[in-house]
Amino acid sequence: MSAEAISENRAKSDFWQGVRLSLPVVVAAAPFGLLFGALAVDNGFSVLEAFLMSAMVFGGASQMVGIELFGQHVAPWLIVLSIFAVNFRHVLYSAGIGRRIAHWPPVQQAVGYFLLTDPQFAVAERKAETGETVGFAWYMGLGLPVYVFWVTESALGAVFGRLIPDTHALGIDFLLPIYFLGLVMGFRKRPLWLPVVVASAAASIIAYKTVGSPWHVSIGAVAGVLLAVILPPHHSGVEARP
Amino acid sequence: MSTTLWIIIAGAIATYLTRIGGHLVISRFENIHPRVEAGLNAVPAAVLTTLVAPAALGAGPAEWAALIVAGLVSLRGGLMAMFLAGAAVLVLARQFVG
Repeated sequence: MSAEAISENRAKSDFWQGVRLSLPVVVAAAPFGLLFGALAVDNGFSVLEAFLMSAMVFGGASQMVGIELFGQHVAPWLIVLSIFAVNFRHVLYSAGIGRRIAHWPPVQQAVGYFLLTDPQFAVAERKAETGETVGFAWYMGLGLPVYVFWVTESALGAVFGRLIPDTHALGIDFLLPIYFLGLVMGFRKRPLWLPVVVASAAASIIAYKTVGSPWHVSIGAVAGVLLAVILPPHHSGVEARP
Repeated sequence: MSTTLWIIIAGAIATYLTRIGGHLVISRFENIHPRVEAGLNAVPAAVLTTLVAPAALGAGPAEWAALIVAGLVSLRGGLMAMFLAGAAVLVLARQFVG
């Protein structure tokens, strides 16, 4: 086999390894894709608009907030600002993942940042943590199925939205918190994990009760990150490296 | 173009800016200070916790049972196992407590 064929095979197996890791994400997000489509039409979006929003924004929670405000006839600039606020946590993901994908060509990086969702960041960050390289093929294997299913489900939900049965009995509204807890637990071996989780949990709950949603996400996140910055470096394990 | 389409396009641009913005800011610095690196390492746990904690607080016994079981399973099993265990407990518990 030529060197080229070998590297192509490696990219293929990396891609499929990523696809396997995307399965829980696809399952957890599926009800929300359908739900988003159904709610979007319910709030005055056309099927095409629901499809376009999922294809272009690709951020579940922010899309839900967006259509909810749209249905309440809130001023357009305020809707856009709310979408920005809900998605603001990605700034932190972006700063973190940049270290892992800096070796990609710029165009691949630009595509990579488009797919940077909560699970995408968490799973890629865990791979990097074990010392493995985060490759483009692997990253696409992880991100593309989530994207394709999300967009497809949004369109399906928009067309067939009224057919979704009792979502509460099926537990659909609480699947994402369970999934996110799994992601949090995945980082429990990191230095400062427990203090950061406690600080973020407390700050986000207080902010949720006082300032309100969606700001509790950014406020809670900043609290946990600040704690890690403020504590002396020998606690955070970053100075131990050569 | 309709207002809806403008909202979607502006929302998409705003979202992409959050996804690439952190990198563009951080990459301007030659060396990353250890404290900044410690902060970046704390990002996943910090952000993801905020997506769980308020939701858990506002929930009921069925949701708490699901989170506890899922949390315990995650100590041993993989992500898919913990997710399915949590979902199963949630659906079961909701048949009884609603």
